[in-house]
Amino acid sequence: MAAKTIISRPIYGTLSPQPGKHHLFVADAEGALAIVDMAKTAPPGFFDGAEIVFIPGSGGQHIAALEALKSAQFHVAPSFASLLPRLKQTLANAHMGMRLYLAGTEGLIGQAMQVALEAGIDHTSMQTEHRGSLARRMQCVHCKGITENVTTQPATCAHCGLLLLVRDHYSRRLAAFQGVCINAEDPSEIPPKEEAFP
Amino acid sequence: MGITFRKETFRDDFTFKNSPEHIRRFPFPFHEDSYMYAVNIEPHVVGPKGSVLENLIDVDEHYVAEMQDRALVLAEDPLRCQSLPHMTLAGWDLLELLMEQQALGYPEHFTLERNGDRWRWINRPLGIDDTFTFGDTSTLPYGPMEYITRQSQGDFCILDQRDGNLWMDAGMVTTQADWSLDFDIGMNFFEWHAPVPLAHEKGIFVRALKFLTNIQQGKPARRLNWTMTINPRLDTSPENYHKWGPDRTTVTPENVGDKVHLRVELQSFWRLPRSNGIVFPIRCYLIKMDELVTQPKWARRLHRVIRDLPEELATYKGLTRYRPTLLEWLSKLDDGSATSPGFGPD
Repeated sequence: MAAKTIISRPIYGTLSPQPGKHHLFVADAEGALAIVDMAKTAPPGFFDGAEIVFIPGSGGQHIAALEALKSAQFHVAPSFASLLPRLKQTLANAHMGMRLYLAGTEGLIGQAMQVALEAGIDHTSMQTEHRGSLARRMQCVHCKGITENVTTQPATCAHCGLLLLVRDHYSRRLAAFQGVCINAEDPSEIPPKEEAFP
Repeated sequence: MGITFRKETFRDDFTFKNSPEHIRRFPFPFHEDSYMYAVNIEPHVVGPKGSVLENLIDVDEHYVAEMQDRALVLAEDPLRCQSLPHMTLAGWDLLELLMEQQALGYPEHFTLERNGDRWRWINRPLGIDDTFTFGDTSTLPYGPMEYITRQSQGDFCILDQRDGNLWMDAGMVTTQADWSLDFDIGMNFFEWHAPVPLAHEKGIFVRALKFLTNIQQGKPARRLNWTMTINPRLDTSPENYHKWGPDRTTVTPENVGDKVHLRVELQSFWRLPRSNGIVFPIRCYLIKMDELVTQPKWARRLHRVIRDLPEELATYKGLTRYRPTLLEWLSKLDDGSATSPGFGPD
């Protein structure tokens, strides 16, 4: 995480077992390891009331490690989009007191949080832990298009093609960082792209 | 005698101008020869006749043209006006406030007749005469916030108060100084101010929030904010930054007086009676340098403020590119003599 940041930029913690009977985990890629680490401090029987949904990503790793936790439900999804209907239903049917844990890339945490916010869960009650890539989900303020997995600064909008400064300003509602044209005043100025969010 | 509304534009051929009376009433924002952030909030009470504070909701000669410009912005981008589902009641609160204030201050232009919850609203400058049921959205052509803010100068943010914080949950924002309602809607007070430099470290926002969450009904407050804009363009949104940004490269020693505008926001804060929300009108006033320097005190003072402005603030306000040209031009109008205290012209 950048040394100097701003207040709207999300701050992530470390997952810890919360009191309660029902626990929902949403994780991608190396986020699995955050759950495995947390499990070491969980009380006996903790996963008897837990559901884990996991998007392994291209590496396809960590599935066995999560299976070994023997949660009541375990589901592997190919992508966030494919997970969305299931996640919405789970949240809609959830009882008061269900605890939510999000772990992995910022894009995953942000999008899962967006769905949970729409279901009426307060963001401060969610446990989050960032693991893995620093790649950002970015909204172009000009065309409103979302570009996934942005790793460079500046970055090109995948939709309108403008060269965008990727700001730290973040919207939970959009689950995205804001991208603003970096050379709007003089389009002939083209700053070099640097790998800023590996 | 009513206001003579100017026919003018804030885009393309930029025919916007202030009449001599409107130059004198311009809300010049510097009470001394330097500027730094402060919690400069004071009670929003009626001020001297002929000033922008003569009425608490000011209507001026630019009213009709500004409403036409707003309609153009909304036709292009309807997301400049948004209201989260729990904010409709606050929208009705705002409709009542603006109708009451405009009818009170300008009875020759606006009339509000109330018969229980059947209301009749007459807006003569815009040719509107509507009868509707207060509280029933189906009786208006738009939601209550959009309906009345299409007829009121300035941007409007409606803030919901909960958890000891204020949440930007509704707004009509078409004349903004480079911030996006669509991005910031739903954020709390600290989050939507996150990109502002220096002020967080000075504790400005913590103190401002404490003040704002304690605002009482019938006791509005206000503050001034400022920036600069090239050409009299109301819509300096981030959405359109790639369209208006190049204007900043067009300032030359010959056109400073006509192109560079001081942009002042009169921000006020009102508690809403039914929703307990806060409405935050951001009223934008523009004045070109040629008009501003007709008041020698303002010319001298603006020169000193711009000259001594900290670099971070100049960058945040987007002045960097044309600051030297502007300073050179203003310096010729500053003989170094003292300026009188206070905002007003001599």
